[in-house]
Amino acid sequence: MSHRPHTDRNRPALWRSPLRGPWLTSVFGLVLLVGIPVLFVTGLLSYAAYNPDLSPVNDETPDKGLLGFYLFSWPTRPSWLYRVTQGVHVTLGIVLVPVLLAKLWSVIPRLFAWPPVRSVGYALERISLLALVGGGLFEFVTGVLNVQLDYVFPGSFYPLHFYGAWIFMAAFVVHVALRLPRMARSLRGRDLRAELRTPVSATRPEPPDDTGLVSPRPAAPTMSRRGALAMVGTGSFALLVVTAGQSIGGPLRTSALLAPHGRDPGRGPNGFQINKTAVGVGIRARDIGPGWRLVVRGATGRETVLTRQQLLRLPGHGAALPIACVEGWSTSDQRWEGVRLTDLAALVGHADRPPKVLVESVQRHGSFRSVVLSDTQVRDPRSLLALKVNGADLSPDHGYPARIIVPGAPGVHNIKWVGRLTFGERA
Amino acid sequence: MPGLRRGLGRGLRGGLRGIRWGVRRGHGGAPLRLPLLLASFALTAYAGIRLLRGDWFGILLWLVGAAVLHDLVLLPLYALADRAVRAALPAPASWINHVRVPAFVSGLLLLVWFPLILGREERRYEHATGLTAGVFWPRWLLITAGLFAVSALWLAIRVWWRRPRRRRRAGAEDPRKPAAGPVRPHRP
Repeated sequence: MSHRPHTDRNRPALWRSPLRGPWLTSVFGLVLLVGIPVLFVTGLLSYAAYNPDLSPVNDETPDKGLLGFYLFSWPTRPSWLYRVTQGVHVTLGIVLVPVLLAKLWSVIPRLFAWPPVRSVGYALERISLLALVGGGLFEFVTGVLNVQLDYVFPGSFYPLHFYGAWIFMAAFVVHVALRLPRMARSLRGRDLRAELRTPVSATRPEPPDDTGLVSPRPAAPTMSRRGALAMVGTGSFALLVVTAGQSIGGPLRTSALLAPHGRDPGRGPNGFQINKTAVGVGIRARDIGPGWRLVVRGATGRETVLTRQQLLRLPGHGAALPIACVEGWSTSDQRWEGVRLTDLAALVGHADRPPKVLVESVQRHGSFRSVVLSDTQVRDPRSLLALKVNGADLSPDHGYPARIIVPGAPGVHNIKWVGRLTFGERA
Repeated sequence: MPGLRRGLGRGLRGGLRGIRWGVRRGHGGAPLRLPLLLASFALTAYAGIRLLRGDWFGILLWLVGAAVLHDLVLLPLYALADRAVRAALPAPASWINHVRVPAFVSGLLLLVWFPLILGREERRYEHATGLTAGVFWPRWLLITAGLFAVSALWLAIRVWWRRPRRRRRAGAEDPRKPAAGPVRPHRP
């Protein structure tokens, strides 16, 4: 039985760009093929950095089942680990937005491919493509909104972004497996360097083929392929410039003109990035005034209550550590001073090999008021209950009278306005 | 889905071999396609059950809506805007890119950073960061102005550069011959 070739109706004349074709699609596809696995891995690392297996208070995605198989105790060395992985995750995600849009633009004629269903396998693939496009856009949109504190999505960011990522990646792997040979063929079919030398006047549509991407009725070119690649690259570069500084810090921070943490909130020792102000989470003057006490409790039931003055009289230590946020911004190293968590553990009967600790803030509302730090984190000599930063007392916005600072941990685990430490107990 | 019905119908009539899996059809078909797709759907279902806990309707709306909104609204919209600018621009066709590129970059910055630029969560932002929220829209406007200014300057330099060159070349060479040196777009 002979089939009518589906070439004519398969390539709708609606889309007339002479640039669309398997080669251009493959170039964008190749960039995403490198970038998206990096986003996925750094995303999983961020999830692991929360130590969700330690305690329900750390676990933002309960009942993750097999999807939590990679969990491991988050290391404290190097102290900039989370700064780098999460900075890459957020900045790369933002930088890839134009590439994603360009890729979707380049394959849009396929959306209107006719007939929509030709076989069972084909129909299933179309469903998978919906998961790919929907899941991909969902991940980018929720990520971009979350870093701007625009919580309009239907639910908590963490499970949405986490499970959404698995759905996206399930479709992504299928898409790559099915399209990789064709992508390689398309890329080999045209010489990139020759393409980068071709001006508009010499730009011709790609030869018609069975991908359905090449327009059957192309308009006259007004842009070369190198021009299209340059435009998308310029878009990515512009996004990089107005974003990356909030993660790199230093003088580059001022270049992050549109990123939420592109400015310092003030001058002086406490003039670095804030995640939540004291006013913002309802800290009252009396919560952190002279009446403030730190309660330290051990697994054996031993308990001690300390004033800030008493804490200041304990052996002091310093550590230069950054704060790195899941939202992709971070500070450069700040000089913290305070009491080692190991020394506080020793006060309540954990002289050697102190266990994990539940840290609770006096903050009464908002998320991340408590967290469990692993024994690895407690035992690191740079893990402090900080009382001072850069030579001055902590400001209320940075957690006065005392805050936790742990090397390499996500910013929200450096609990501010600490009121209670419970060693060795579950939340 | 008539194709699916047809495929299934034939499958029922002609046994399993009659079902057209698309393996031999040459449109991306591969023998591994079906098992791969089914494995992927199994993972999707496993994660999906967890994802859809809570406001399942809202989440489904976001997932499908993102694809529909992009494919049927956003993309046609900017494709049409591009055509409209091309049709309306009373200038040589090569000038279009001096509008297209700055508009694309400015639009991208707005697309990614619109919650901050439009001040959608001004209070929450100020409470969280201790920073003022009103700086983003003037910055975006200035960046946009800068992008168009650079583009206009670039165009002016191109025009200025081409004039004496054309006079110099007049009669000496066929202007339609592709240039050997650094090539610039040359459109009527």
